[in-house]
Amino acid sequence: MNNNSFDKTIALAGNPNVGKSTVFNALTGLHQHTGNWAGKTVETASGFFKTKAFSYRLVDIPGTYSLIAHSAEEEAARDYICFGKADAAVVVCDATCLERGLNLVLQVMEICPKTLVCVNMLDEAKRAGIKIDLKLLEKELGVPVAGITAHKKRTLKILTDRLDELCFSEAPKHPRKLKYIKPLEAAVRITAKVIEHELSLELPEIGIPAEWAALRLIDGTMINEISERCKRSGRNILENSAISEALAQSKKLLSDNGITEDILQDKIVGCIYENAEEICKKTVTMPPREASKADRILTSRAFGFPIMILMLLVVFWITIIGANYPSEYLGIALFWLGDRIGELFEMINAPDWLSGIIVDGAYRVLAWVVSVMLPPMAIFFPLFTLLEDLGYLPRVAYNLDKPFHKCSACGKQALCMCMGFGCNAAGVTGARIIDSRRERLIAILTNSLVPCNGRFPMILALISAFFVSGAKGSGILESLLSAVIFTAVIVLGIMMTFLTSKILAKTLLKGEPSSFTLELPPFRKPQIGKILIRSCLDRTVFVLGRAVAVAAPAGAVIWLLANISVFGNTLLSYITGFFEPFGQLIGMDGAIITAFLLGIPANEIVIPLIVMIYEQSGVIAEISTEQLYELFTQNGWTVITAICVIIFTLFHFPCSTTLLTIKKEAGGWKWAALAFFIPLIIGVAFCLVINLFSMMFTMA
Amino acid sequence: MGDFVLDFPLCCLGVGKSAVVKSLSAHGALRRRLSDIGVVEGATVKCVGRSPLGDPAAYLVRGAVIAIRDCDSRSVTVEVCSVL
Repeated sequence: MNNNSFDKTIALAGNPNVGKSTVFNALTGLHQHTGNWAGKTVETASGFFKTKAFSYRLVDIPGTYSLIAHSAEEEAARDYICFGKADAAVVVCDATCLERGLNLVLQVMEICPKTLVCVNMLDEAKRAGIKIDLKLLEKELGVPVAGITAHKKRTLKILTDRLDELCFSEAPKHPRKLKYIKPLEAAVRITAKVIEHELSLELPEIGIPAEWAALRLIDGTMINEISERCKRSGRNILENSAISEALAQSKKLLSDNGITEDILQDKIVGCIYENAEEICKKTVTMPPREASKADRILTSRAFGFPIMILMLLVVFWITIIGANYPSEYLGIALFWLGDRIGELFEMINAPDWLSGIIVDGAYRVLAWVVSVMLPPMAIFFPLFTLLEDLGYLPRVAYNLDKPFHKCSACGKQALCMCMGFGCNAAGVTGARIIDSRRERLIAILTNSLVPCNGRFPMILALISAFFVSGAKGSGILESLLSAVIFTAVIVLGIMMTFLTSKILAKTLLKGEPSSFTLELPPFRKPQIGKILIRSCLDRTVFVLGRAVAVAAPAGAVIWLLANISVFGNTLLSYITGFFEPFGQLIGMDGAIITAFLLGIPANEIVIPLIVMIYEQSGVIAEISTEQLYELFTQNGWTVITAICVIIFTLFHFPCSTTLLTIKKEAGGWKWAALAFFIPLIIGVAFCLVINLFSMMFTMA
Repeated sequence: MGDFVLDFPLCCLGVGKSAVVKSLSAHGALRRRLSDIGVVEGATVKCVGRSPLGDPAAYLVRGAVIAIRDCDSRSVTVEVCSVL
């Protein structure tokens, strides 16, 4: 037993998208982001939990289909299971797809006899008419099996009970051994015997079974890793003549039986699957699975694309309608509070500059961020998470793969793009699910061409101020019109994602599209209550935190700049004046450009900052769309200005968090710089053209 | 099982039809990816749909539905038994 605060270390393994993260979160109480698609866990995380009797450290390993690794994440998974020295392994399987899970289970059992098989999503299997005989499965495998439904807490007790049993008693006596074809078994025996003999003292310390080591030396998949382990125990197996001799003998036996090196790997994989198939035939009964009705419609030739667009539209519409009232009331409340704080400052005779910085500067920007930006986010994010949980996003990737393929990019980029709607930094991190580095870079560089949660309330505010105020009287019509315009803006962003991907693939990131396999998981019933609480609270707290951290100081700075005069002019007027010609050229003005630059830490504050800058010539009384419209038109805005600002919001530079993430994910500032300039150039070009056209028309 | 057996690439498998994998001619990453998801010799594969633009197609393999592009599934030779 360890002397630390926990008794045992458990490796949590499983195929991608089997609910591993849900199990991990439920046990440890941590919040790994979960979603219904393959490849959510991209780093190993570890957490702690206690059962009645013992305490454990649980290590969440990236999802993998097999221990024969090819991507960096799979290698990490494999190395941890093979050499991580966990006391036991829990392999999570999807009850609706047990055969593939057993493929991994059997491989893990080869190395680690203390394995617990956790058959998850029993509720879904039941709904799909799949029956699994868990008792028989346990007998067949020879290791404990726990059937659970991870999001139902009480079923987890079965898992923890079995885990206690497994960890604190003898190792399972008869774990099922993988059956290979005869010549291979014979070949393994020859080498394994010699390894056992040669390393009899060191094997327990190295911690890998002789037969497994023999098989890996024969198929050549892990020679370096194994020899490295042995060296640490003071033995060099590569220079051990007895082992080399046995290995040569084994290989000869194989080639005599017609199993050459290039088909050996296939034979091994085939054998493992045959074993899994055999077990499943005995333990699982399932009705023939067809594509679900929902799938047939959602991915059909006629409805696939219209439904995608409709889905976007509905999500935005609900967001707009739902955000209206809270926005208004929050605005009234916060401005009322601001006035009271102002009075308080007067009462205690605070100097003007102090109340200026704090009330007129920091507080006002904060109030704008909270009232205008927060409600749409708090509504959009749960809706988006709902679609994610449901499993709709992989269908989007499936529908959009062909255009991405045409752009020499990967269909999974659609998943990153969708994540980008939530947060571009998350979208960039999500690009790890793309195997090819070239395609991953394309996904990373183009991610900020779709507006994140921090930018789209800004676009919404401008649309409702400038384009739908004419349709007054009918709230529903108005919001529907907003949603339609907004969807058009999003579609523009998606089109530019394709175009930019294509240009990148033809120039900087040339190459052939790599292979593409994407799992379409069954639709899952979303955990609505959990989504609401988690995404609302997480988002609200996060946004408020960022708003306080960024908006308040930015507001104070603007106030200072606007109130410190040098040579008769305020500092702010020098700055906005400096950007004025460039701003005018692309249909905007100096104040807007200044706000965008100050908004690099958080895009949420751009509109509030513009308001702040304009307010220096006359403070407005309340927060409302009409007031926003009035303030902006007083400062020379036209419809063209609004269009340009919307376009520029869609295409400018990513926020600093995203840039840092890109640097980390792509490996260098070079890529972050590219990600900074690509959308910026697109945005400037768009705005320039729009402005020039409008000037031509007004002159003519 | 019938006597009459046809070999053809997986990408030509019609929607709703099943076949058994006979061989894989892919190399490298694609070959490993396919064998990971269970597309190995002897596996039963069923085509359950095609994406709206015709490519990729969705296949049911070992209880999971997986989308594979035609240019990738071309490397998988399957056989269909007339009676099955």
